[in-house]
Amino acid sequence: MTNAARVAFLAAALICAGTVAARAQERTVKIGVLSDMSSLFSENSGPGSLVAARLAVEDFNPAAKGLKVEIVSADHQNKADIGANIARQWFDVDHVDAIVDMATSSVALAVSELAREKNKVLLVSAAATSDLTGQKCSPNTIHWSYDTWMLAHSTGKAMVTTGGDTWFFITADYAFGQALERDTTAVILANGGKVLGSVRHPINVNDFSSFLLQAQASKAKVVGLANAGGDTVNAIKQSAEFGLSKGGQQLAGLLVFIADVNALGLEAAQGLVLTASWYWDMTEGNRAFTKRWRAERPGRFPTMVHAGVYASVIHYLKTVAALKSDADGRTVIAKMKEMPTEDPLFGKGFIRADGRKIHDAYLFEVKRPDESRYPGDYYKLRAIVPAAEAFRPLKDGGCPLVTN
Amino acid sequence: MFEIFGLPSQALFGQLLLGLINGSFYALLSLGLAVIFGMLNIINFSHGAQYMMGAFTAYLLLQYAGIGYWESLVIAPIVVGATGILIEQLFLQHLRQLDPLYGLLLTFGLALIIEGLFRNTYGSSGQPYQVPATLQGGRNLGFMFLPNYRAWVIVFSLTVCLATWFAIERTRLGSYLRAATENPVLVRAFGINVPRMVTLTYGFGVGLAALAGVMAAPIYNVSPQMGSDLIIVVFAVVVIGGMGSIMGAIVTGFALGLVEGLTKVFFPEASNTVIFVIMAIVLLIRPAGLFGRAV
Repeated sequence: MTNAARVAFLAAALICAGTVAARAQERTVKIGVLSDMSSLFSENSGPGSLVAARLAVEDFNPAAKGLKVEIVSADHQNKADIGANIARQWFDVDHVDAIVDMATSSVALAVSELAREKNKVLLVSAAATSDLTGQKCSPNTIHWSYDTWMLAHSTGKAMVTTGGDTWFFITADYAFGQALERDTTAVILANGGKVLGSVRHPINVNDFSSFLLQAQASKAKVVGLANAGGDTVNAIKQSAEFGLSKGGQQLAGLLVFIADVNALGLEAAQGLVLTASWYWDMTEGNRAFTKRWRAERPGRFPTMVHAGVYASVIHYLKTVAALKSDADGRTVIAKMKEMPTEDPLFGKGFIRADGRKIHDAYLFEVKRPDESRYPGDYYKLRAIVPAAEAFRPLKDGGCPLVTN
Repeated sequence: MFEIFGLPSQALFGQLLLGLINGSFYALLSLGLAVIFGMLNIINFSHGAQYMMGAFTAYLLLQYAGIGYWESLVIAPIVVGATGILIEQLFLQHLRQLDPLYGLLLTFGLALIIEGLFRNTYGSSGQPYQVPATLQGGRNLGFMFLPNYRAWVIVFSLTVCLATWFAIERTRLGSYLRAATENPVLVRAFGINVPRMVTLTYGFGVGLAALAGVMAAPIYNVSPQMGSDLIIVVFAVVVIGGMGSIMGAIVTGFALGLVEGLTKVFFPEASNTVIFVIMAIVLLIRPAGLFGRAV
């Protein structure tokens, strides 16, 4: 080989090595939005969460930090087996690093186990069961927007302390409803109230009149709805018809989303007390996010689930950029807990050792039709539950990750 | 006050009445299905979607044209019935010579498409619709509070069911229809336009579904999946009553509403399944259904 040829060869080798190095620097992070895309929870999470995740990636600007982010999504149809199968396929075959949104408690519990087994990342913002950070907590799972404990304590306590001391529950018969009833019952008893009875209905029922009649017959002051989505809408709609409030009974929707209020109409929903950790019309940051979100989801309003997806994706990407690796799920989650959170929607906050994201919760009341001035102007703020009180104390959860 | 099965009699009567009200929806929907199957031999799987279209038509009429409940009760069945006629003309009439399975698959596909289109446009969480002003409130019957609207539902659907039964079983037009099902060639020889009659019957059956949809709008959540939740139950009702039997569909509709109502009191967790348990038992003992003729 001549000298010139040798130089040319070396140069070529160097250029090749350079491109390889550049490629290695630009890591691909793959995020999966796993949710109910077509059924009763799809308005509160579903396609809106996909939009929120995309906005988060856009705002994070991964290219500037040497990352490439890909988003995939799938519909688990609220079935734990389908959800687990999709997650398995994503983790094993499609190299998905993190799953976000994760609607429906029963599915979330199944996928949480799987994420632990495969050492990946699960960022739950749609499912509600407080078991995700309690007995079933996992070093691979973070629970973002809200949980049944938060709902129970905020709404439940507000009702009991204002005179609603006897309760009857209408509960959806699956992990979420049962957890919500259990957590609310604890609050009622702790504040000197009594639970007179409860009835458990299958998910997705049309007619609540029979259950409402039983609630009426119980003479309880408060009828607690431990269900969600279309079930809550049907129950509230029909309770007005059966004159529950005219008979002096109060209705407590333990999990009500803005889309549910929209489905009821203010005429039927006015006066309803509910808890959320985020409302689109509270701050400038929220309104700006809503405007961008609505460009892709016209006619709808984002919920605390969508906000949670946005915030959790931002925090996840920040962590991956700081670690310069997304390979080990447990390390990423540990780092996420170590780093304080900050985003335009929830402000500053942090993640506890059991995986619970800590922020304020808000008690809202649905406005009367004459109080609402523009589309989506539905809530007025009744009380702020400060972050320190909004979630279950660390020691009470029974999470095995929490030592001492 | 006496007790039945450990439950105060008053509460039990209340539950029975509620069961009857739900039964009137089952009856109205299964009636449409039975008419379509009995006369056309089509298993109309898009019935649930057409019921949902009825409710949505009522909502859209109110939202964009200010047309209220009472007018919708007439307009929505006509509008949705017309789309049914379109479907029959475009697709179903070409399947008449084939196995009913093809019709089932086609209508099932259509149901998915219709539902998907509505979900895409209006989202899945539903739209508001109020009880009409004249029917708001209710009366205390002593054993329960009966909303006026529910009383109206039961009276009106019973009237529609009986009128349909009368039209098909007791009038001249009905006899043409039944004859055309038995032997279309012979009936055509008498100068009767059988294909048109079949088309109109399908439109009528679809209209019945839409009518049930309008009646459901004030009390159930008006959402794209409201029909698919209900349709499986309604199919079970038709199977129990006997495929194609008009009276069978009406009686079983009300009866199963009662059974479901009682289940909601004694074992609410099973209220979604009880109808299918009954269906399995009936199929074992009387495969043609309670009112069906053995083939």
